[in-house]
Amino acid sequence: MISFLLKGILRDRSRSLLPVIVVSLGVFLTIVMSAWIKGIFSEVIDMNAKFTTGHVKVMTRVYAENSNQMPLDLALLGVNELKQNLEKDYTDMEWVCRINFGGLLDVPDKNGETRAQGPAAGKAIDFFNNPKEVERMNIVKSIVDGTIPKKPGEAIISHEFAEKFGLGLGQKVTLFGSTMNGSMLFKTFTVCGTIRFGVTMLDRGAILIDISDAQLALDMENGSTEMLGFFNDGEYDKLKATEVVDAFNTKYSKQNDEFSPQMFRLEQQAGLEEYLAMAENMGGIMITFFIIAMSIVLWNTGLLGGLRRYTEYGIRLALGEEKKHIYMTMIYEAILIGIIGSIIGTVLGLGMSYYLQEVGVDFSDITKNINMMIPPIYRAAIYPDLFYIGFIPGLVAMTLGNALVR
Amino acid sequence: MDIIKITDLVKKFPVGNGHFTALNQISLTFGEGEFAGFVGPSGSGKTTLLNIIGSLDTPTEGNAIVLDKSISELSHKQSAKLRNQHIGFIFQTYNLLPVYTVYENVEFALLLQNLSGSVRKKAVLEALEWVGLTDKIKSKPAQLSGGESQRVAIARAMVKKPKIVLADEPTANLDSKNSHNILQTMLKLNEELKTTFIFATHDEKVMKYLKRKISLADGKVVGDEMI
Ligand SMILES: Nc1ncnc2c1ncn2[C@@H]1O[C@H](COP(=O)(O)OP(=O)(O)OP(=O)(O)O)[C@@H](O)[C@H]1O
Ligand SMILES: [Mg+2]
Repeated sequence: MISFLLKGILRDRSRSLLPVIVVSLGVFLTIVMSAWIKGIFSEVIDMNAKFTTGHVKVMTRVYAENSNQMPLDLALLGVNELKQNLEKDYTDMEWVCRINFGGLLDVPDKNGETRAQGPAAGKAIDFFNNPKEVERMNIVKSIVDGTIPKKPGEAIISHEFAEKFGLGLGQKVTLFGSTMNGSMLFKTFTVCGTIRFGVTMLDRGAILIDISDAQLALDMENGSTEMLGFFNDGEYDKLKATEVVDAFNTKYSKQNDEFSPQMFRLEQQAGLEEYLAMAENMGGIMITFFIIAMSIVLWNTGLLGGLRRYTEYGIRLALGEEKKHIYMTMIYEAILIGIIGSIIGTVLGLGMSYYLQEVGVDFSDITKNINMMIPPIYRAAIYPDLFYIGFIPGLVAMTLGNALVR
Repeated sequence: MDIIKITDLVKKFPVGNGHFTALNQISLTFGEGEFAGFVGPSGSGKTTLLNIIGSLDTPTEGNAIVLDKSISELSHKQSAKLRNQHIGFIFQTYNLLPVYTVYENVEFALLLQNLSGSVRKKAVLEALEWVGLTDKIKSKPAQLSGGESQRVAIARAMVKKPKIVLADEPTANLDSKNSHNILQTMLKLNEELKTTFIFATHDEKVMKYLKRKISLADGKVVGDEMI
C-alpha cells in the first residue's frame, strides 16, 4: 500500500508539487534561520568573550558591581600571585590581566598647546609578552597603519580618532585622567599604529597600550581591573566554566570583604544571560510560526486537492476500502510528502547555511550606531540539530494541514 | 438459493423540511448467475437500488439481505469487507484512478486483501486477459479509448471473482460497437464464472442482452420479466 501511495504522489504532480514546495520552503527557512541565529549568537558570544568577558573573569566584588564606571580605585591587587595560583589550579586555561580605563586624549600642536581633545576608552593588554592576546583581539589584522606597541610609551589609537584630528604615526598624544589612588594622570604616548576593529563600540576613541605602561601610569603596580580566563581550546564550555567559577569563589571570594576577588562566567556578564535565553526562545517561536503558516497553506491546498479527489474516495469506497483506512492513507500520504519536503528543505537549507557560514554577510553599515558589541560580519553556524530540526515543522505542518481538511 | 433478498424496501432522502421517497416497497430476489437489469426512466430509483445492494447506502425501511448479510445492520468495516470480497462495481464514467496504470488500477482491488504479490499478479493478468487488454497493462487511463477504459473497469470489478457485479449505465458513454463488445465480455464472464450481474440502464442495447428485466417507475417495481 505504501509503495502504491508513493507512486501516486510521485506521478500526480498537481497533488504533491505544491505541498512539497511549501514544506521544503518552510523547512529551508527554519534551517537557515536556525543556523543564522545560532551563528550570530555564537559569534556575538565569541566576540564578547575575546574582547570583554573572557570565558570567565575575575574582578573584585565591588568592582564587579560598578564595572561600567571603570573605577580604577576598586581594581584587583596582587594579580601576579593570583595568576600564579590560577595557573596552578586550572592547567587547561590561560589567564590574562587587562586594564580598562577612561580619560581624555589630548593632541598637542608643535608648541605643546592643545590642538584637539576627545574622550578616550582605554584598554591595556599584554602586548609585549603575550602574542596570544594580540591575536585574540585580532589586533594585527585590524591595524590600518603602523604596528603594535613594541616598547614602553607607544600606543595604538583608533583610526577614526587619528583621521579626525589629523594624527599621524610617530606623533604624540597625551592621556589625562586620574590614577588608581586618585592623583592626576598625565602621560604622553607616541602613536605607533592606528586601528579599526570594525566594531563601533571598540573604535570610538580607543587607545590601546601595554599593560606594564598602564600599571605604571595609573599607579597600579601588580594590579589590574580584571583577570580573564580562557579555555585553551578556545571553546566556551558552560559546564566547565560553572565548575571553575564555583570552585574559585568558594576558595577566594569572601562575603564580608568587598575587595576579595570574585569570578564570573561569560553569561553572567553584560546581560548575556538574557541574550542567550532569547536565542533559544527565538528558535522555538520561529518553528511554531512556520508550523502554523505552513499548516494554513497546506490546509488550503488540501481542501482543493480534497475536492479534486472526491471521485477517488468514491471509487475506493466502492472497491471495499474502509473510510477509516482511506483517511489513514491520506495521513500516510501527508507524512510521505512531509518527509520528501523535509529532506529537500533540509538539504537546501544546509547548503544555504553552509554558504552563509563560509561567506557571511557584512552588516557593519547598519549596526554602526549600535552600542552593543556586535560583530561586523554575520555568519550562520551549522550545528548537529539542523539535520533533524526541519522535520519537526515539515511533518507536523503536513499532517496537521491534512487532518484539518477532513 | 437466493444471494440477494429484498423485502419491503423503502428509501427516503431528506429534502428541505420533509423527505423524498426514492424507493417504495420494493421486494425482489436474485439467484446465483443472473444477468438482470433495472430499467426505467431517469429518476426512477435504479442507481439508488444498486447502491443499497452494493452496501454503499442503507435502506430507510425494510430489508436488503445480500449474501446472507443484512445491509442495514452492517458496520462500516463489515460493509467494506463485503464490497471488497464479493461485490464488483462498474460505473458509467469508468472511474479509473488516473495516476495509475491499467495494471495498477486492476491490482488496487486486490491490495486490500492480504494476498501475496505473485497471487495478485496472476489474478490481474488473468482478468486483463478476460477483457482482452493484456497489451495495455502499462498504459495510463488517459491513453485509453472509452471502450478500453470500461474494459479495465470490468477487469477491476472481476479480478477478485466477486459473487455480484453491479453495473450502473456501463454503456452510456460508449458507441454501439464498444457497447456490444463489453456486454459480450460480461455475458461470457457471467456464463463462465456464474457471477450475478445486475445493471441499471435505459440503453436498448443492454436490454437485448438481459435475461431478466425489472422495470422501475417512481421508485416502484412495475414489471419483472424473464426473457
Ligand atoms: N442523495 C440524495 N438526496 C436526495 N435525493 C436523491 C439522492 N439520491 C437520489 N435522489 C433522488 O432519488 C431519485 C432516484 O434517483 P436515482 O439516482 O436512483 O435515479 P436513476 O433511476 O438512477 O436515474 P438515472 O437514470 O438518471 O440515473 C431521484 O429523484 C433523485 O433526485
Ligand atoms: Mg442512475
